Amino acid sequence: MSETKKFLFVNRKAPYGTIYAWESLEVILISAAFEQDVSLVFIDDGVFQIAKGQDTTELGIKNFSPTYNALGDYDVNKIYIEKESLDARGLTVDDLLKLTYEDEDDDWAEKDSIHVVSSAELVDIMDQQDVVLSF
Amino acid sequence: MPMLHTVNKSPFERGALESCIRLAIKGSSVLLIEDGVYGASRGTAASNMVENAMKDLDFYVLGSDLKARGVDENRLIDGITVIDYSGFVKLAVENDKVQAWL
Amino acid sequence: MGIEVNGKTLETDEEGYLTNLNEWVPEVAGIMAKLDDTELNENHWEVINFLREYYEEYQIAPAVRVLTKAIGKKLGKDKGNSKYLYELFPYGPGKQACKYAGLPKPTGCV
Repeated sequence: MSETKKFLFVNRKAPYGTIYAWESLEVILISAAFEQDVSLVFIDDGVFQIAKGQDTTELGIKNFSPTYNALGDYDVNKIYIEKESLDARGLTVDDLLKLTYEDEDDDWAEKDSIHVVSSAELVDIMDQQDVVLSF
Repeated sequence: MPMLHTVNKSPFERGALESCIRLAIKGSSVLLIEDGVYGASRGTAASNMVENAMKDLDFYVLGSDLKARGVDENRLIDGITVIDYSGFVKLAVENDKVQAWL
Repeated sequence: MGIEVNGKTLETDEEGYLTNLNEWVPEVAGIMAKLDDTELNENHWEVINFLREYYEEYQIAPAVRVLTKAIGKKLGKDKGNSKYLYELFPYGPGKQACKYAGLPKPTGCV
């Protein structure tokens, strides 16, 4: 693959009730491994995927929330969270995982990957993509 | 006759909790499990509905499902009881009937 | 399929990866390497241990590009390049080292 495309993954489902969140994460990692330009959006119940403090020990299933911390290593550092979705669920950015990346093109500093945006801003972000994949 | 209702869907995505609250007979118990546990948090788009329903219904939430999802118990609506799996079994035994809202 | 380790048979998939990563013990790496006619030295072990730590923290086996970069950060630039890693693991640092480390095949590996 020589051509780089702008991929947007739209995540709308809570993490454990269905398989969508994990499937999305796997496809995200594969796309990023092929050096595509990947952005993520978390809206609706998708914001629950990156809630901090998840502990699935008592359910006996895999807790994949630590994997979101690896996204920075995969150069996935454009992660947009819809403010309206957070508000409806009584959440703020402090309730989410702190996802960062190391800025290799600039000063190698740790920078935040997460951007809380309004619905209006999200309209523009979605409009700029070549491929939109919805989970 | 009062009975046990279980709800396993997020109130933000499906109408299961809303329908359960609308149709459950007074004095019944509502147990939130799986993605249903998101309905137990304060200060959400669904919390008014649950708080109003608590006048007529007893609400329970499964602790293991809260933990898995990173929902801290201190953010729950006051008056919702956190239970474990044996509490779930006890509720099921105490009630003659169980209805699962899927 | 399976491999014999300390008198126990550990189940593996059709490509030789451990089915249950909790069954991994250090001997697994040596036995799998022997099947590939490889003798493990401390340079191999550096990578294997790194992969196990990476999995512990992130719950995934990293893609080769990510592994290379992360090794460079942790063990130095002379080790964080594909030439060095392919010399150690000629079947592919992702595939081969992950297998020895008891991890699943890296996500995105075909």
